[in-house]
Amino acid sequence: MYTAAFEYHRASSLEEAATMLSQIGEGAKILAGGQSLIPLMKLRLAAPSHLIDIGFTSGGSYIREEGRLLRLGALTSHAEIELSPVAQRIAIVHDCAAGIADVQVRNRGTIGGSLAEADPSGDWATALLALSAEVHLISPAGERTLALDDFIKDAYTTALRSNEVIAEIRVHVPDAGSGGAYICLKRAAPVYATASVAVELKLEGNVCRQPAIVLGCVGLRPIRVDGAEAALRGREIDDVALEAAGEAVRVAADPESDMRGSAEYKRTVAGALVKRALRAALGRARGEIVETSHLYA
Amino acid sequence: MPDEPAPVTLKLKVNGKPCALTVEPRRLLVELLREDLDLTGTHVGCDSSYCGACTVLMNGRAVKSCTMFGVQADGAEIVTVEGLEKDGQLGPIQTAFAEAYGLQCGYCTPGLLLSALQLLGSNPKPQESEIRKAIAGNTCRCTGYQNVLKAIRLAAEHMAKG
Ligand SMILES: Cc1cc2nc3c(=O)[nH]c(=O)nc-3n(C[C@H](O)[C@H](O)[C@H](O)COP(=O)(O)OP(=O)(O)OC[C@H]3O[C@@H](n4cnc5c(N)ncnc54)[C@H](O)[C@@H]3O)c2cc1C
Ligand code: FES
Ligand code: FES
Repeated sequence: MYTAAFEYHRASSLEEAATMLSQIGEGAKILAGGQSLIPLMKLRLAAPSHLIDIGFTSGGSYIREEGRLLRLGALTSHAEIELSPVAQRIAIVHDCAAGIADVQVRNRGTIGGSLAEADPSGDWATALLALSAEVHLISPAGERTLALDDFIKDAYTTALRSNEVIAEIRVHVPDAGSGGAYICLKRAAPVYATASVAVELKLEGNVCRQPAIVLGCVGLRPIRVDGAEAALRGREIDDVALEAAGEAVRVAADPESDMRGSAEYKRTVAGALVKRALRAALGRARGEIVETSHLYA
Repeated sequence: MPDEPAPVTLKLKVNGKPCALTVEPRRLLVELLREDLDLTGTHVGCDSSYCGACTVLMNGRAVKSCTMFGVQADGAEIVTVEGLEKDGQLGPIQTAFAEAYGLQCGYCTPGLLLSALQLLGSNPKPQESEIRKAIAGNTCRCTGYQNVLKAIRLAAEHMAKG
């Protein structure tokens, strides 16, 4: 399949890419790993007249822990994050990176591209919303940092202005005694999930503090489930609390029926996933090594 | 928008051989390999980023060549299935696929071989679960995968013996 024709521009830095976006204006688009954009262009659902390739910039791909902050360059690939010992220390980040699509897509696709795309079924936004994460943007006019929650506006819609690029993703490293997990139900590796759940919590003794529960693929944007968090906050997480969280998730999910399943099915899946994710997060908060992986059905 | 976007000149090393090409920016890597370089061993299955038949290695990493523009591979080293044999002899992964009946129609095989090559290059003794994960992006409609898994285990043994 051929994409529509376009002029190709290669940026040597993200700053230059932002300048090119301003100069070219209408019809210009950033190309990172191309794992969302190229399939769309092949289907002619997107037909930008100019592509600005940021894949050849230097210094856009890195993973650094600085104080209590994990800094990820926008061009860091899913595979680099999956294999990074530094990133592995935040369980949700590793679960997310390692579970995206397949090796080939993880080798090319970038965390910045995933957040910029804001696909309601994309994994990064859901996973990172359970942590405290920020997106650092640059443009010829300057720079700004937004909370991820303010950055993701709607399905396929972000706060990015037409001349802005994502430069960095910043994740606050959770406190000691915290644990998290990110689990999806998928039909196969190279497809988006049917439903996904991210959980992060902190334990004081056996008491749950600061729970964060976010659902993906079951709404136009990731859904933070206050009701489930309330069912866990300040108490010991026993079977009754798990059931209450599962029920709150079922109620909060707002899925559409499609080829991945009926709305009712997806609600049920999300309710089951949250219990699994909570069990894994609890184990991890206690310092246990808990292996998780996405479920395939 | 001009009717004819400016072509782009790029340099690649394909299976160890340097080459320079001038292509339309929208030319996909898989078309560049198959049509401009006549390397038709790389297959197009779905042409929609799913099946992995078009998998090649770019700088040692498996990529779907139907989901990359050729210009994105400028300066890179590409390995296709044609690069797996040495002096007319099949490479160890190819031999293992033949010995273990790791293929039937063979359409998916070039992609599987290259996914296996990335895996065994960095992980000479993979666990079963690691092999499964490494080929999760390669669809095979014939084998049911059991013999593919066997072939990759056998390839690891061959490669360990050198
Ligand atoms: C077969 C297949 C299966 C997939 N499965 C999953 C899955 O299970 N889960 C999942 O989360 N994702 C999945 N993806 C998508 C994948 O994760 C993409 O890598 C990701 O969504 C986009 O990253 P990219 O670098 O490829 O961006 P591109 O495709 O290059 O760009 C995507 C969009 O973001 C913009 N953009 C990119 N980088 C920046 C930047 N730094 N600043 C501003 N704008 C930018 C582009 O202009 C474009 O609009 C899948 C993709 C494929 C092909
Ligand atoms: S042809 Fe490229 S993934 Fe199927
Ligand atoms: S051998 Fe026929 S598709 Fe794999």
